[in-house]
Amino acid sequence: MSSLDRKLFRDLRRMKWQAIAIGLVMALGVMVLVMMDGLVVSLEETKKSYYEDYKLADIFAPTQAAQSQVLVELAKIDGVENVQGRVRGSILIDMPNSKTGVLAQALSLPNQGKAQINDVFLSAGRMIAPDVANEILLLNSFADAHNIKVGEAITAIIGGQKQQFNVVGVAQAPEFLFAAMPGELLPDDTRFAVIWMQQRYLEDITGLAGKFNEAIFLLDDDADTTNILTKIDDILDPHGGYGAYGVEDLVSNRFISEEIKGAKASAQALPPLFLGIAAFLIFIVISRIIQAERQQIGLLKAFGYSSAEIGRHYLKFIIIIALGGAILGSVAGVYGGLELAGVYQIYYKFPFLEFRVDYQAIFIGNLVSVVAATIGGSYILKNIFKLNPAVAMHAATPPDFSKSIRFGSWAKRLFNQPSRMIIRTLLRHPIRALGAMIAIASGMSLSVAMISLMASFDKSIEMSFEVIDRSDAMVNFVQPMPIDVVAELSKIAGIELVEPFRAVPAILQNGQLTHKSLISGLVAAPELNRAVNVEFEAIPIVETGIILASALAEKLQVGVGDDLTLKIRSGARPTLNIKVAAITETLVGSPVYMRLASLNKILDQGELISGVYIKMDKSQQAAIYDELKSTPYILAVSITADAKAAFKKIMDTGAGAVRYVMAIIAFVITFGIVFNSAKIAFAEGGRDLACLRSIGYTKGEAAYVLLGELAIVTLVSLPIGCVLGYYLSFATATAFSTDLYKIPAEVNFESFFLASLAVVVATIVSGWLVKRNIDKIDLVSVLKSE
Amino acid sequence: MSGETKFAFRTENLVKTYGQGDGQVDALRGVNVEIPAKEFVVLLGPSGSGKSTLLNILGGLDKPTSGKVYFNDIEVSAMKDKAMTKYRRHNVGFIFQQYNLLPSLTALENVELVTEIAKQPLPAKQALEMVGLTDRMNHFPSQMSGGELQRVAIARAIAKQPSVLFCDEPTGALDSQTGRTILNILQDINENLGTSIIIVTHAVATAAMADRVINFADGNIVDIRTNAHKAKADEIEW
Ligand SMILES: Nc1ncnc2c1ncn2[C@@H]1O[C@H](COP(=O)(O)OP(=O)(O)OP(=O)(O)O)[C@@H](O)[C@H]1O
Ligand SMILES: [Mg+2]
Repeated sequence: MSSLDRKLFRDLRRMKWQAIAIGLVMALGVMVLVMMDGLVVSLEETKKSYYEDYKLADIFAPTQAAQSQVLVELAKIDGVENVQGRVRGSILIDMPNSKTGVLAQALSLPNQGKAQINDVFLSAGRMIAPDVANEILLLNSFADAHNIKVGEAITAIIGGQKQQFNVVGVAQAPEFLFAAMPGELLPDDTRFAVIWMQQRYLEDITGLAGKFNEAIFLLDDDADTTNILTKIDDILDPHGGYGAYGVEDLVSNRFISEEIKGAKASAQALPPLFLGIAAFLIFIVISRIIQAERQQIGLLKAFGYSSAEIGRHYLKFIIIIALGGAILGSVAGVYGGLELAGVYQIYYKFPFLEFRVDYQAIFIGNLVSVVAATIGGSYILKNIFKLNPAVAMHAATPPDFSKSIRFGSWAKRLFNQPSRMIIRTLLRHPIRALGAMIAIASGMSLSVAMISLMASFDKSIEMSFEVIDRSDAMVNFVQPMPIDVVAELSKIAGIELVEPFRAVPAILQNGQLTHKSLISGLVAAPELNRAVNVEFEAIPIVETGIILASALAEKLQVGVGDDLTLKIRSGARPTLNIKVAAITETLVGSPVYMRLASLNKILDQGELISGVYIKMDKSQQAAIYDELKSTPYILAVSITADAKAAFKKIMDTGAGAVRYVMAIIAFVITFGIVFNSAKIAFAEGGRDLACLRSIGYTKGEAAYVLLGELAIVTLVSLPIGCVLGYYLSFATATAFSTDLYKIPAEVNFESFFLASLAVVVATIVSGWLVKRNIDKIDLVSVLKSE
Repeated sequence: MSGETKFAFRTENLVKTYGQGDGQVDALRGVNVEIPAKEFVVLLGPSGSGKSTLLNILGGLDKPTSGKVYFNDIEVSAMKDKAMTKYRRHNVGFIFQQYNLLPSLTALENVELVTEIAKQPLPAKQALEMVGLTDRMNHFPSQMSGGELQRVAIARAIAKQPSVLFCDEPTGALDSQTGRTILNILQDINENLGTSIIIVTHAVATAAMADRVINFADGNIVDIRTNAHKAKADEIEW
């Protein structure tokens, strides 16, 4: 080993804590990148294989009822690889611990053999035996939520009669990755139930003997989906087709895709931020470390070492730290990604996980790390190489304080000599001081943004359930009922307010852009479920025109005053043109609103409603639910508090969970940056401190000079960090928002306070660590080794 | 010496100024000097007179503001960075006013730092032997005394067998006994290896050892004299 290499290792050992701190900050930056990218790639791969392995349909075409011969016609459509008809129904399950019972979706499986489309993944138990009437498969997540085991029976209420079904297996399927009640936007395992049974028995229950009410399709790879959808609609129209839709509009798939898209968006927005800040830190720190080596560089040059040789030596030093950190980060990122993907796997209900390492992310992370460090180092080296060795060798940077401020007599009285040293040092190296401030500030801004993000999630929930939806429960009817029932329901003791709504499926179309949606007909000035504007103020439901969620308006590329084609998929299925009357801000989902009376007019079936929102006296809720449950025309009651809890849970366990991880990483990075700043200041000022000590200053006084500098740098960086954090919060809120829910940026005092506190604590801890170094200064050796 | 005199160094109107305006310092004010090869030269002069500056420029550590420096008829002052590095690497050795050892390397490693890149170096151990430091060679600078540090610096300078050795107050911080040992070593090197030695010192008595004594004051040469008889280092009174 050459002497230079030996020097390298000794220097690394001497600076080990600092090297470790730098390496760790870099590691965290790289880790976030590798972890998030690995997570996204893995989720996409998992979703893809799950869909392929269990043959998720490419097209779903619900109808009222169609003879199975229609399938022959459908199969002839060009580009259709396979088509199956199945029966879909609703069955109310009587749950002992549920106030309202649970409305389950019932799906048919072929009478013979495996499902060729929309197969199920059996997680426990066995498949249904042919010809046994009361055997079913139950959705895994529902069975888990209610602790229903294979071999147990459940009670269903069919046509007012109780009927027992034996759960012979629990299963899951790619079409039910997202477990939300129809018409609801949030998953809730306890209320989302799916039952699979043999087609012939479900036909009996639903009264669809020899018929199907949903056709499912697999397409050829190069099929023209838009064209095929039109043809299917044409064929099914006489059979009451509700409108065929592609898998991209399947609620579950849309949710999962949006969630993955959300994870991907945050994987694209956050890691570059973390990595960039880590890279900036390494750039600053390495520059300063090299700067501190100036004398030794001069000496090596005096011996006849060439710039290239010296440059190589220091680059090795830099790369060991940078690459060490980056490699550590890559490994941690891969494991972190695996862990996180595991969490998501459970959350998304994937039966298996296809974990993928994103090598591109690893490569980029390592490259950025090395490049940032190398640029920082080479820039300084280049400047030192320009100096004549005699100059470079001269004790430190010949501190030319002559240009620095002169202290007048007043200032001399105000500042003692050590204070003046602090001020001069800062003013003498304004760039260096600024660099340190920006580094600390950017670390801090990460913390601000991450804390804000937490507040944003809470705000999102608060807005959704206290401002937008203020009801206590939503009641869905078995079939549309005359509006008179509102008066009837209002009479129930404890119910304070009843607000009707009508929900009808429809397709919104603007040229080529279409969106399949439920239109909610509401009263003119709703009190319970309201449309709000950007300021979260309620907007009236105008008599003419339609009100769109902002995300939907964006998707359809329409604004207020624009015309839309509205194809109602219910009743007489009218098609009409309608004006966009207003845009509404929503945090969850993309609702579409119309005045109830106007909607009913279009439908021309009389004054009908699909359900009501209710507000009630909480002390009487048990009795109210009992009463509602026994009302024959009421299908289901969704309790808002349950939905809120479910919402909170998905935000805490899904993509939202990432924010906790990120907040912790942001704090650690901030600490790393502050600690490094302190360490470097010590390395640079160590000799001065030794001098002060040698002429009789106490340890405390010497520490004051160094820590005072650190304190000033920190204090100045706090407001900068707040400002940077403020802007960053908007960026991260956007990155975390998806089409399904929106995260409003919520930067509050708390974010600034906590982030500032973190920086101050980091400064105190770093100061304390460095103070210990100051106390341990070996005066003689420092002064001797000039 | 026979034939025409071979000069190790020749300077033409060497000027070095630091800073500008009010704070301008003229460290060298047009120095013209010829230093023959293989001589033992002593440079005397008051503090701040420019001795270190001259040494640095001759040794290729610094560049003159104007004027020329020739080493064996090659113009050092015109050299590009690469040539300058080579010049420092192969031709000159330095002993600095401060010891200038690398704190993270042991005595031996400090010497090896130079022998690793020199053309015909002495073994590092042998160089340390010459300065009587075999028993301390695995110590770090912080574990050694000033005299020992200076001896390591000398070992490091002579180990590459330079044709010129510049010594900036090599004995300044040492007691007379140690100082004498070091002068002995330098004289030895000069006589046995034919290395030119240019030494700056405040110890006027050292002048007795020199072939040539240059008196420096206020950035220029005051006078130059040659000794007919060179004293041995051991004979010098301090
Ligand atoms: N980097 C510098 N910037 C400004 N002035 C300098 C610089 N280096 C040296 N000087 C000045 O140049 C003059 C000559 O300095 P030099 O170090 O050559 O003196 P010296 O003769 O070696 O003195 P000493 O015997 O004290 O070492 C001095 O006045 C010194 O203040
Ligand atoms: Mg000097």
